[in-house]
Amino acid sequence: MELNYHGPWTESDAPHSDVIMSCRARVARNIAGFPFVNKASERQLQEILNISRQVLLGGGISEGMFWIDLPQATARDRHLLVERHLISKHHAASNLRRGVAISGDEALSIMVNEEDHLRMQILAPGLRLSHVHRLIDEVDDAVEKSVDYAFSPRWGYLTACPTNVGTGIRFSVMMHLPALKITNEIDRVRRAAKDLHLAVRGYYGEGSESAGDFYQISNQITLGRTEDELRMELEEAILPRIIDYELKARKILIERSCSLLDDRTHRALGILRSARLLGTEEAMKLLSRVRLGVHLERLKNVDLEKVNRLFLQIQPAHLKLHIGREMDSDELRAARADIVRQTMNQG
Amino acid sequence: MTVKNGIKKEVHLCHEHAIDAGIDLPEHQPISKLLAQVTVSHAKSRSRSEQRRCPECGFSFAEFRKSGTLGCPECFNTLEKPLTTLIERAQNGATHHTGKTPKRAGVSLDRQLIIQKLVKDLDCAVSAEQYERAATIRDQIHTLEIITPPDDRN
Repeated sequence: MELNYHGPWTESDAPHSDVIMSCRARVARNIAGFPFVNKASERQLQEILNISRQVLLGGGISEGMFWIDLPQATARDRHLLVERHLISKHHAASNLRRGVAISGDEALSIMVNEEDHLRMQILAPGLRLSHVHRLIDEVDDAVEKSVDYAFSPRWGYLTACPTNVGTGIRFSVMMHLPALKITNEIDRVRRAAKDLHLAVRGYYGEGSESAGDFYQISNQITLGRTEDELRMELEEAILPRIIDYELKARKILIERSCSLLDDRTHRALGILRSARLLGTEEAMKLLSRVRLGVHLERLKNVDLEKVNRLFLQIQPAHLKLHIGREMDSDELRAARADIVRQTMNQG
Repeated sequence: MTVKNGIKKEVHLCHEHAIDAGIDLPEHQPISKLLAQVTVSHAKSRSRSEQRRCPECGFSFAEFRKSGTLGCPECFNTLEKPLTTLIERAQNGATHHTGKTPKRAGVSLDRQLIIQKLVKDLDCAVSAEQYERAATIRDQIHTLEIITPPDDRN
Protein backbone atom coordinates (compact mmCIF):
# COMPACT_ATOMS: atom_id res chain seq x y z
CA MET A 1 0.00 0.00 0.00
CA GLU A 2 1.50 3.30 -1.08
CA LEU A 3 -0.65 5.72 0.92
CA ASN A 4 1.04 7.69 3.66
CA TYR A 5 -0.47 8.69 6.98
CA HIS A 6 -0.71 12.42 6.30
CA GLY A 7 -2.97 12.42 3.27
CA PRO A 8 -3.41 14.96 0.50
CA TRP A 9 -5.85 17.80 -0.25
CA THR A 10 -6.10 19.67 3.02
CA GLU A 11 -4.88 23.08 1.82
CA SER A 12 -6.26 25.82 4.02
CA ASP A 13 -6.00 28.50 1.31
CA ALA A 14 -8.17 26.78 -1.35
CA PRO A 15 -11.16 28.82 -2.66
CA HIS A 16 -13.99 29.02 -0.10
CA SER A 17 -12.15 26.57 2.16
CA ASP A 18 -13.73 28.26 5.20
CA VAL A 19 -16.99 26.51 4.24
CA ILE A 20 -16.04 23.97 1.58
CA MET A 21 -13.48 21.37 2.59
CA SER A 22 -13.26 19.60 -0.77
CA CYS A 23 -15.05 19.07 -4.06
CA ARG A 24 -15.35 16.13 -6.42
CA ALA A 25 -16.49 15.21 -9.93
CA ARG A 26 -17.33 11.55 -10.53
CA VAL A 27 -18.40 9.78 -13.70
CA ALA A 28 -19.98 6.33 -13.95
CA ARG A 29 -19.08 4.31 -17.05
CA ASN A 30 -19.62 0.74 -18.24
CA ILE A 31 -17.67 -1.17 -20.86
CA ALA A 32 -19.79 -2.14 -23.89
CA GLY A 33 -20.33 -5.84 -24.49
CA PHE A 34 -20.36 -6.87 -20.80
CA PRO A 35 -23.27 -7.29 -18.38
CA PHE A 36 -23.39 -4.82 -15.48
CA VAL A 37 -21.43 -5.82 -12.37
CA ASN A 38 -24.31 -7.45 -10.45
CA LYS A 39 -25.09 -9.79 -13.36
CA ALA A 40 -21.53 -10.48 -14.57
CA SER A 41 -19.94 -13.89 -14.00
CA GLU A 42 -16.66 -14.29 -12.11
CA ARG A 43 -14.88 -14.75 -15.42
CA GLN A 44 -16.45 -11.58 -16.87
CA LEU A 45 -15.59 -9.56 -13.75
CA GLN A 46 -12.00 -10.76 -14.04
CA GLU A 47 -11.95 -9.78 -17.71
CA ILE A 48 -13.26 -6.29 -16.88
CA LEU A 49 -10.53 -5.99 -14.22
CA ASN A 50 -7.83 -7.11 -16.66
CA ILE A 51 -8.94 -4.66 -19.38
CA SER A 52 -9.32 -1.77 -16.92
CA ARG A 53 -6.02 -2.40 -15.19
CA GLN A 54 -4.18 -2.51 -18.50
CA VAL A 55 -5.80 0.71 -19.71
CA LEU A 56 -5.51 2.62 -16.42
CA LEU A 57 -1.89 1.72 -15.72
CA GLY A 58 -0.79 1.73 -19.34
CA GLY A 59 0.15 5.43 -19.32
CA GLY A 60 -1.62 8.53 -20.53
CA ILE A 61 -4.24 8.62 -17.75
CA SER A 62 -2.41 10.37 -14.90
CA GLU A 63 1.04 10.57 -13.27
CA GLY A 64 2.18 7.71 -11.04
CA MET A 65 -0.95 5.57 -11.30
CA PHE A 66 -0.90 2.55 -9.00
CA TRP A 67 -3.32 -0.33 -8.51
CA ILE A 68 -4.79 -1.92 -5.39
CA ASP A 69 -6.42 -5.31 -5.74
CA LEU A 70 -9.08 -5.08 -3.04
CA PRO A 71 -9.63 -8.79 -2.26
CA GLN A 72 -5.86 -8.96 -1.57
CA ALA A 73 -5.82 -5.82 0.59
CA THR A 74 -6.14 -6.02 4.39
CA ALA A 75 -9.33 -4.79 6.08
CA ARG A 76 -7.31 -1.88 7.52
CA ASP A 77 -6.10 -0.78 4.09
CA ARG A 78 -9.61 -0.98 2.64
CA HIS A 79 -10.88 1.20 5.50
CA LEU A 80 -7.97 3.57 4.97
CA LEU A 81 -9.12 4.07 1.37
CA VAL A 82 -12.68 4.78 2.55
CA GLU A 83 -11.43 7.27 5.15
CA ARG A 84 -9.44 8.92 2.37
CA HIS A 85 -12.60 9.09 0.19
CA LEU A 86 -10.79 7.10 -2.53
CA ILE A 87 -13.29 4.22 -2.52
CA SER A 88 -16.88 3.89 -1.31
CA LYS A 89 -17.95 1.88 1.75
CA HIS A 90 -19.79 -0.40 -0.66
CA HIS A 91 -16.61 -1.04 -2.67
CA ALA A 92 -14.65 -1.81 0.51
CA ALA A 93 -17.26 -4.28 1.79
CA SER A 94 -18.11 -6.05 -1.48
CA ASN A 95 -16.90 -9.62 -1.99
CA LEU A 96 -16.57 -9.37 -5.79
CA ARG A 97 -13.38 -9.26 -7.87
CA ARG A 98 -12.62 -5.57 -7.76
CA GLY A 99 -9.88 -2.99 -7.50
CA VAL A 100 -8.98 0.67 -7.55
CA ALA A 101 -6.47 2.66 -9.57
CA ILE A 102 -5.11 5.77 -7.85
CA SER A 103 -2.92 8.59 -9.15
CA GLY A 104 0.33 9.45 -7.40
CA ASP A 105 -1.14 12.66 -5.92
CA GLU A 106 -4.36 10.81 -4.92
CA ALA A 107 -6.47 13.38 -6.78
CA LEU A 108 -7.74 10.71 -9.18
CA SER A 109 -9.20 7.37 -8.17
CA ILE A 110 -10.97 4.87 -10.40
CA MET A 111 -13.00 2.11 -8.76
CA VAL A 112 -13.33 -0.96 -10.96
CA ASN A 113 -16.36 -3.26 -10.51
CA GLU A 114 -18.17 -1.13 -7.97
CA GLU A 115 -21.85 -0.66 -8.96
CA ASP A 116 -20.63 0.23 -12.47
CA HIS A 117 -17.56 -1.14 -14.23
CA LEU A 118 -15.75 2.20 -13.82
CA ARG A 119 -16.39 4.94 -11.31
CA MET A 120 -13.81 7.66 -11.89
CA GLN A 121 -13.40 10.65 -9.59
CA ILE A 122 -11.22 13.70 -9.15
CA LEU A 123 -10.96 15.28 -5.70
CA ALA A 124 -9.64 18.76 -4.94
CA PRO A 125 -9.55 21.02 -1.88
CA GLY A 126 -12.02 23.92 -1.65
CA LEU A 127 -14.55 24.86 -4.30
CA ARG A 128 -12.97 24.17 -7.70
CA LEU A 129 -15.67 22.36 -9.61
CA SER A 130 -14.57 23.65 -13.04
CA HIS A 131 -11.08 22.33 -12.33
CA VAL A 132 -12.22 18.84 -11.23
CA HIS A 133 -14.68 18.73 -14.14
CA ARG A 134 -11.97 19.51 -16.68
CA LEU A 135 -9.65 16.89 -15.20
CA ILE A 136 -12.24 14.11 -15.05
CA ASP A 137 -13.29 14.94 -18.61
CA GLU A 138 -9.68 14.47 -19.75
CA VAL A 139 -9.41 11.16 -17.90
CA ASP A 140 -12.72 10.03 -19.42
CA ASP A 141 -11.47 10.89 -22.94
CA ALA A 142 -8.17 9.10 -22.32
CA VAL A 143 -9.90 5.92 -21.12
CA GLU A 144 -12.34 6.06 -24.03
CA LYS A 145 -9.44 5.87 -26.49
CA SER A 146 -9.00 2.25 -25.41
CA VAL A 147 -12.44 1.00 -24.39
CA ASP A 148 -15.94 1.28 -25.85
CA TYR A 149 -18.45 2.64 -23.37
CA ALA A 150 -22.03 1.38 -23.13
CA PHE A 151 -23.90 4.35 -24.60
CA SER A 152 -27.29 5.06 -26.17
CA PRO A 153 -28.18 8.22 -28.09
CA ARG A 154 -31.38 8.53 -26.10
CA TRP A 155 -30.26 7.60 -22.58
CA GLY A 156 -26.60 8.65 -22.79
CA TYR A 157 -24.05 6.68 -20.75
CA LEU A 158 -25.78 3.50 -19.60
CA THR A 159 -25.42 2.79 -15.90
CA ALA A 160 -26.40 -0.16 -13.72
CA CYS A 161 -28.76 2.04 -11.72
CA PRO A 162 -31.03 3.70 -14.27
CA THR A 163 -31.30 6.87 -12.18
CA ASN A 164 -27.64 7.66 -13.02
CA VAL A 165 -28.07 7.55 -16.81
CA GLY A 166 -27.36 10.44 -19.14
CA THR A 167 -24.15 12.21 -18.24
CA GLY A 168 -23.46 9.72 -15.42
CA ILE A 169 -21.77 12.65 -13.69
CA ARG A 170 -22.04 13.70 -10.10
CA PHE A 171 -20.52 16.88 -8.73
CA SER A 172 -20.26 17.02 -4.98
CA VAL A 173 -18.87 19.26 -2.29
CA MET A 174 -17.99 18.52 1.33
CA MET A 175 -19.41 21.49 3.21
CA HIS A 176 -18.55 22.44 6.77
CA LEU A 177 -21.70 24.03 8.21
CA PRO A 178 -21.20 24.33 11.98
CA ALA A 179 -23.00 27.67 12.39
CA LEU A 180 -26.11 26.43 10.58
CA LYS A 181 -26.04 23.41 12.89
CA ILE A 182 -25.66 25.52 16.07
CA THR A 183 -28.46 27.89 14.98
CA ASN A 184 -30.72 24.94 14.02
CA GLU A 185 -30.99 26.17 10.43
CA ILE A 186 -29.52 23.04 8.89
CA ASP A 187 -32.91 21.38 8.31
CA ARG A 188 -33.94 24.34 6.15
CA VAL A 189 -30.88 23.76 3.99
CA ARG A 190 -31.77 20.06 3.74
CA ARG A 191 -35.35 20.87 2.67
CA ALA A 192 -34.23 23.50 0.14
CA ALA A 193 -31.63 21.09 -1.27
CA LYS A 194 -34.28 18.39 -1.67
CA ASP A 195 -36.52 20.82 -3.59
CA LEU A 196 -33.56 21.60 -5.88
CA HIS A 197 -33.01 17.86 -6.57
CA LEU A 198 -29.78 17.77 -4.60
CA ALA A 199 -28.72 14.96 -2.31
CA VAL A 200 -27.44 15.80 1.18
CA ARG A 201 -25.33 13.05 2.70
CA GLY A 202 -22.95 12.57 5.60
CA TYR A 203 -19.16 12.56 5.83
CA TYR A 204 -18.73 9.21 4.08
CA GLY A 205 -21.46 9.60 1.45
CA GLU A 206 -24.50 7.39 1.08
CA GLY A 207 -26.02 6.25 4.37
CA SER A 208 -23.44 7.98 6.59
CA GLU A 209 -23.92 10.51 9.37
CA SER A 210 -22.99 14.18 9.26
CA ALA A 211 -20.02 13.78 11.61
CA GLY A 212 -18.18 16.99 12.51
CA ASP A 213 -20.93 19.14 10.91
CA PHE A 214 -19.80 18.04 7.44
CA TYR A 215 -22.43 17.61 4.74
CA GLN A 216 -21.84 16.23 1.27
CA ILE A 217 -24.07 17.94 -1.28
CA SER A 218 -24.40 16.64 -4.84
CA ASN A 219 -26.62 16.80 -7.92
CA GLN A 220 -29.17 14.01 -8.39
CA ILE A 221 -30.21 15.01 -11.89
CA THR A 222 -27.94 13.45 -14.51
CA LEU A 223 -30.20 13.38 -17.60
CA GLY A 224 -31.53 16.09 -19.90
CA ARG A 225 -28.83 18.62 -18.96
CA THR A 226 -25.27 19.00 -20.13
CA GLU A 227 -22.36 18.47 -17.74
CA ASP A 228 -21.60 22.20 -17.87
CA GLU A 229 -25.20 23.12 -17.03
CA LEU A 230 -25.22 20.76 -14.05
CA ARG A 231 -21.88 22.09 -12.78
CA MET A 232 -22.72 25.76 -13.32
CA GLU A 233 -26.05 25.47 -11.55
CA LEU A 234 -24.34 24.02 -8.50
CA GLU A 235 -21.24 26.23 -8.60
CA GLU A 236 -22.80 29.53 -9.57
CA ALA A 237 -26.40 29.42 -8.39
CA ILE A 238 -26.78 27.04 -5.46
CA LEU A 239 -23.49 26.80 -3.54
CA PRO A 240 -22.90 30.57 -3.23
CA ARG A 241 -26.27 30.79 -1.48
CA ILE A 242 -25.48 28.02 1.00
CA ILE A 243 -22.01 29.51 1.63
CA ASP A 244 -23.62 32.90 2.20
CA TYR A 245 -26.22 31.35 4.52
CA GLU A 246 -23.49 29.71 6.64
CA LEU A 247 -21.37 32.88 6.75
CA LYS A 248 -24.39 34.94 7.81
CA ALA A 249 -25.15 32.40 10.54
CA ARG A 250 -21.51 32.72 11.72
CA LYS A 251 -21.87 36.52 11.79
CA ILE A 252 -25.09 36.26 13.76
CA LEU A 253 -23.36 33.98 16.27
CA ILE A 254 -20.65 36.61 16.83
CA GLU A 255 -23.14 39.47 17.08
CA ARG A 256 -25.78 37.81 19.25
CA SER A 257 -24.15 34.88 21.03
CA CYS A 258 -20.51 35.79 21.29
CA SER A 259 -20.06 34.31 24.79
CA LEU A 260 -21.71 31.06 23.74
CA LEU A 261 -19.51 30.88 20.64
CA ASP A 262 -16.34 31.65 22.59
CA ASP A 263 -17.25 29.14 25.26
CA ARG A 264 -17.89 26.37 22.74
CA THR A 265 -14.76 26.98 20.68
CA HIS A 266 -12.38 27.50 23.64
CA ARG A 267 -13.88 24.58 25.55
CA ALA A 268 -13.40 22.37 22.45
CA LEU A 269 -9.77 23.47 22.15
CA GLY A 270 -9.22 22.85 25.86
CA ILE A 271 -10.57 19.31 25.67
CA LEU A 272 -8.55 18.50 22.55
CA ARG A 273 -5.39 19.80 24.25
CA SER A 274 -5.86 17.76 27.40
CA ALA A 275 -8.10 14.71 26.85
CA ARG A 276 -6.62 11.28 27.39
CA LEU A 277 -9.37 9.30 25.65
CA LEU A 278 -11.29 10.42 22.55
CA GLY A 279 -13.91 8.69 20.37
CA THR A 280 -14.01 9.47 16.63
CA GLU A 281 -17.35 11.28 16.77
CA GLU A 282 -16.42 13.36 19.81
CA ALA A 283 -13.07 14.31 18.28
CA MET A 284 -14.71 15.35 15.00
CA LYS A 285 -17.31 17.45 16.82
CA LEU A 286 -14.62 19.24 18.84
CA LEU A 287 -12.35 19.73 15.81
CA SER A 288 -15.35 21.18 13.95
CA ARG A 289 -15.82 23.78 16.69
CA VAL A 290 -12.10 24.63 16.71
CA ARG A 291 -12.18 24.98 12.92
CA LEU A 292 -15.11 27.40 13.26
CA GLY A 293 -13.29 29.34 15.99
CA VAL A 294 -10.15 29.70 13.86
CA HIS A 295 -12.11 30.88 10.80
CA LEU A 296 -13.94 33.46 12.91
CA GLU A 297 -10.63 34.53 14.48
CA ARG A 298 -11.97 33.73 17.95
CA LEU A 299 -9.12 31.23 18.44
CA LYS A 300 -5.59 32.45 17.86
CA ASN A 301 -2.36 30.52 17.30
CA VAL A 302 -4.03 27.40 15.97
CA ASP A 303 -2.68 26.01 12.68
CA LEU A 304 -5.73 25.46 10.47
CA GLU A 305 -3.95 23.06 8.17
CA LYS A 306 -3.11 20.82 11.13
CA VAL A 307 -6.75 20.91 12.25
CA ASN A 308 -7.88 19.96 8.73
CA ARG A 309 -5.39 17.07 8.63
CA LEU A 310 -6.55 15.82 12.02
CA PHE A 311 -10.05 15.13 10.65
CA LEU A 312 -8.37 12.41 8.59
CA GLN A 313 -5.64 11.33 11.00
CA ILE A 314 -8.03 10.54 13.87
CA GLN A 315 -9.96 7.97 11.79
CA PRO A 316 -9.46 4.35 13.01
CA ALA A 317 -7.55 2.95 9.99
CA HIS A 318 -5.28 6.00 9.86
CA LEU A 319 -4.47 5.61 13.58
CA LYS A 320 -3.69 1.91 13.07
CA LEU A 321 -1.38 2.81 10.19
CA HIS A 322 0.33 5.46 12.31
CA ILE A 323 0.82 3.20 15.35
CA GLY A 324 1.68 0.26 13.12
CA ARG A 325 -0.56 -2.42 14.65
CA GLU A 326 -4.17 -3.52 15.18
CA MET A 327 -5.86 -1.92 18.20
CA ASP A 328 -9.09 -2.45 20.14
CA SER A 329 -11.51 0.46 20.65
CA ASP A 330 -10.01 1.54 24.03
CA GLU A 331 -6.49 1.60 22.57
CA LEU A 332 -7.80 3.57 19.60
CA ARG A 333 -9.42 6.16 21.88
CA ALA A 334 -6.14 6.57 23.77
CA ALA A 335 -4.04 6.76 20.58
CA ARG A 336 -6.48 9.32 19.11
CA ALA A 337 -6.29 11.51 22.20
CA ASP A 338 -2.49 11.28 22.17
CA ILE A 339 -2.09 12.40 18.56
CA VAL A 340 -4.67 15.19 18.94
CA ARG A 341 -3.08 16.41 22.18
CA GLN A 342 0.39 16.45 20.69
CA THR A 343 -0.75 18.24 17.52
CA MET A 344 -2.94 20.83 19.23
CA ASN A 345 -0.32 21.69 21.83
CA GLN A 346 2.19 22.41 19.07
CA GLY A 347 0.01 25.40 18.10
CA MET B 1 -79.56 17.13 -25.43
CA THR B 2 -81.82 17.71 -28.47
CA VAL B 3 -81.80 20.39 -31.18
CA LYS B 4 -85.18 21.27 -32.73
CA ASN B 5 -85.73 24.15 -35.19
CA GLY B 6 -82.29 25.48 -34.27
CA ILE B 7 -83.13 25.56 -30.54
CA LYS B 8 -80.91 23.57 -28.19
CA LYS B 9 -82.73 21.82 -25.34
CA GLU B 10 -80.78 20.21 -22.49
CA VAL B 11 -82.54 18.03 -19.88
CA HIS B 12 -80.90 16.47 -16.81
CA LEU B 13 -82.51 13.19 -15.72
CA CYS B 14 -81.71 10.56 -13.17
CA HIS B 15 -81.06 6.99 -14.35
CA GLU B 16 -84.63 5.82 -13.52
CA HIS B 17 -86.43 8.76 -15.19
CA ALA B 18 -84.20 8.47 -18.24
CA ILE B 19 -85.37 4.85 -18.67
CA ASP B 20 -89.01 6.01 -18.17
CA ALA B 21 -88.47 8.66 -20.86
CA GLY B 22 -87.31 5.90 -23.23
CA ILE B 23 -83.71 7.16 -23.48
CA ASP B 24 -81.28 4.39 -24.40
CA LEU B 25 -78.52 4.16 -21.79
CA PRO B 26 -75.45 1.93 -21.62
CA GLU B 27 -75.71 -0.65 -18.88
CA HIS B 28 -75.04 1.02 -15.57
CA GLN B 29 -71.99 -0.15 -13.59
CA PRO B 30 -71.15 0.72 -10.02
CA ILE B 31 -67.99 2.83 -9.67
CA SER B 32 -66.23 0.18 -7.61
CA LYS B 33 -66.65 -2.32 -10.47
CA LEU B 34 -65.27 0.19 -12.97
CA LEU B 35 -62.29 0.93 -10.77
CA ALA B 36 -61.65 -2.77 -10.23
CA GLN B 37 -61.56 -3.27 -14.00
CA VAL B 38 -59.10 -0.43 -14.41
CA THR B 39 -56.91 -1.76 -11.61
CA VAL B 40 -56.99 -5.32 -12.93
CA SER B 41 -56.16 -4.19 -16.47
CA HIS B 42 -53.34 -1.94 -15.12
CA ALA B 43 -52.00 -4.74 -12.93
CA LYS B 44 -52.16 -7.17 -15.85
CA SER B 45 -50.18 -4.86 -18.11
CA ARG B 46 -47.75 -4.08 -15.26
CA SER B 47 -47.33 -7.75 -14.52
CA ARG B 48 -46.71 -8.44 -18.25
CA SER B 49 -44.05 -5.74 -18.53
CA GLU B 50 -42.53 -6.75 -15.18
CA GLN B 51 -42.20 -10.38 -16.23
CA ARG B 52 -40.65 -9.57 -19.61
CA ARG B 53 -37.05 -10.77 -19.67
CA CYS B 54 -34.04 -9.17 -21.33
CA PRO B 55 -32.93 -11.48 -24.18
CA GLU B 56 -29.30 -10.58 -23.47
CA CYS B 57 -29.02 -11.23 -19.72
CA GLY B 58 -32.39 -12.69 -18.68
CA PHE B 59 -33.13 -9.85 -16.24
CA SER B 60 -36.77 -8.81 -15.58
CA PHE B 61 -38.22 -5.56 -14.25
CA ALA B 62 -39.45 -7.48 -11.19
CA GLU B 63 -35.82 -8.40 -10.43
CA PHE B 64 -34.79 -4.80 -10.97
CA ARG B 65 -37.38 -3.74 -8.37
CA LYS B 66 -35.64 -5.99 -5.84
CA SER B 67 -32.01 -5.09 -6.61
CA GLY B 68 -32.30 -1.49 -7.87
CA THR B 69 -29.81 -2.21 -10.64
CA LEU B 70 -30.20 -3.55 -14.18
CA GLY B 71 -28.53 -6.61 -15.70
CA CYS B 72 -26.93 -5.21 -18.85
CA PRO B 73 -27.07 -2.26 -21.29
CA GLU B 74 -29.65 -4.12 -23.44
CA CYS B 75 -32.12 -3.99 -20.48
CA PHE B 76 -32.66 -0.31 -21.39
CA ASN B 77 -34.29 -1.47 -24.67
CA THR B 78 -36.14 -4.50 -23.32
CA LEU B 79 -37.57 -2.73 -20.29
CA GLU B 80 -37.88 0.66 -21.95
CA LYS B 81 -41.52 1.24 -21.05
CA PRO B 82 -41.40 0.77 -17.27
CA LEU B 83 -37.92 2.33 -17.13
CA THR B 84 -39.02 5.47 -18.96
CA THR B 85 -41.61 6.21 -16.26
CA LEU B 86 -39.10 5.59 -13.51
CA ILE B 87 -36.30 7.62 -15.10
CA GLU B 88 -38.64 10.50 -15.91
CA ARG B 89 -39.71 10.64 -12.28
CA ALA B 90 -36.13 10.50 -10.98
CA GLN B 91 -34.81 13.01 -13.52
CA ASN B 92 -37.39 15.75 -13.06
CA GLY B 93 -39.21 14.89 -16.30
CA ALA B 94 -36.14 14.53 -18.54
CA THR B 95 -36.29 11.72 -21.10
CA HIS B 96 -33.31 12.36 -23.39
CA HIS B 97 -29.57 12.75 -23.02
CA THR B 98 -28.16 16.14 -24.05
CA GLY B 99 -24.66 15.92 -22.60
CA LYS B 100 -21.32 14.52 -23.66
CA THR B 101 -21.11 11.86 -26.36
CA PRO B 102 -18.24 9.39 -26.55
CA LYS B 103 -16.07 10.43 -29.48
CA ARG B 104 -16.10 6.99 -31.07
CA ALA B 105 -19.81 6.49 -30.45
CA GLY B 106 -20.32 9.92 -31.99
CA VAL B 107 -18.47 8.89 -35.13
CA SER B 108 -20.39 5.64 -35.26
CA LEU B 109 -23.74 7.35 -34.67
CA ASP B 110 -23.03 10.06 -37.25
CA ARG B 111 -22.09 7.35 -39.74
CA GLN B 112 -25.29 5.45 -39.04
CA LEU B 113 -27.34 8.60 -39.60
CA ILE B 114 -25.55 9.35 -42.89
CA ILE B 115 -26.06 5.79 -44.11
CA GLN B 116 -29.74 5.91 -43.11
CA LYS B 117 -30.16 9.13 -45.13
CA LEU B 118 -28.29 7.71 -48.11
CA VAL B 119 -30.49 4.59 -48.09
CA LYS B 120 -33.59 6.81 -48.24
CA ASP B 121 -32.03 8.87 -51.06
CA LEU B 122 -31.27 5.65 -52.92
CA ASP B 123 -34.94 4.59 -52.67
CA CYS B 124 -36.06 7.98 -54.00
CA ALA B 125 -33.54 7.87 -56.86
CA VAL B 126 -34.64 4.37 -57.90
CA SER B 127 -38.34 5.35 -57.70
CA ALA B 128 -37.60 8.39 -59.87
CA GLU B 129 -35.65 6.14 -62.29
CA GLN B 130 -32.50 8.26 -61.72
CA TYR B 131 -30.21 5.27 -62.15
CA GLU B 132 -26.94 7.17 -62.48
CA ARG B 133 -27.61 9.03 -59.23
CA ALA B 134 -28.69 5.77 -57.59
CA ALA B 135 -25.38 4.15 -58.58
CA THR B 136 -23.41 7.03 -57.05
CA ILE B 137 -25.40 6.83 -53.80
CA ARG B 138 -24.93 3.05 -53.67
CA ASP B 139 -21.16 3.54 -54.04
CA GLN B 140 -21.18 6.11 -51.24
CA ILE B 141 -22.99 3.70 -48.89
CA HIS B 142 -20.59 0.94 -49.82
CA THR B 143 -17.56 3.15 -49.15
CA LEU B 144 -18.88 4.28 -45.75
CA GLU B 145 -19.56 0.72 -44.62
CA ILE B 146 -16.20 -0.61 -45.82
CA ILE B 147 -13.97 2.24 -44.64
CA THR B 148 -15.45 2.48 -41.17
CA PRO B 149 -17.00 -0.85 -40.24
CA PRO B 150 -19.15 -0.68 -37.09
CA ASP B 151 -16.64 -2.58 -34.97
CA ASP B 152 -13.68 -0.48 -36.02
CA ARG B 153 -11.81 0.49 -32.84
CA ASN B 154 -9.88 3.40 -34.29
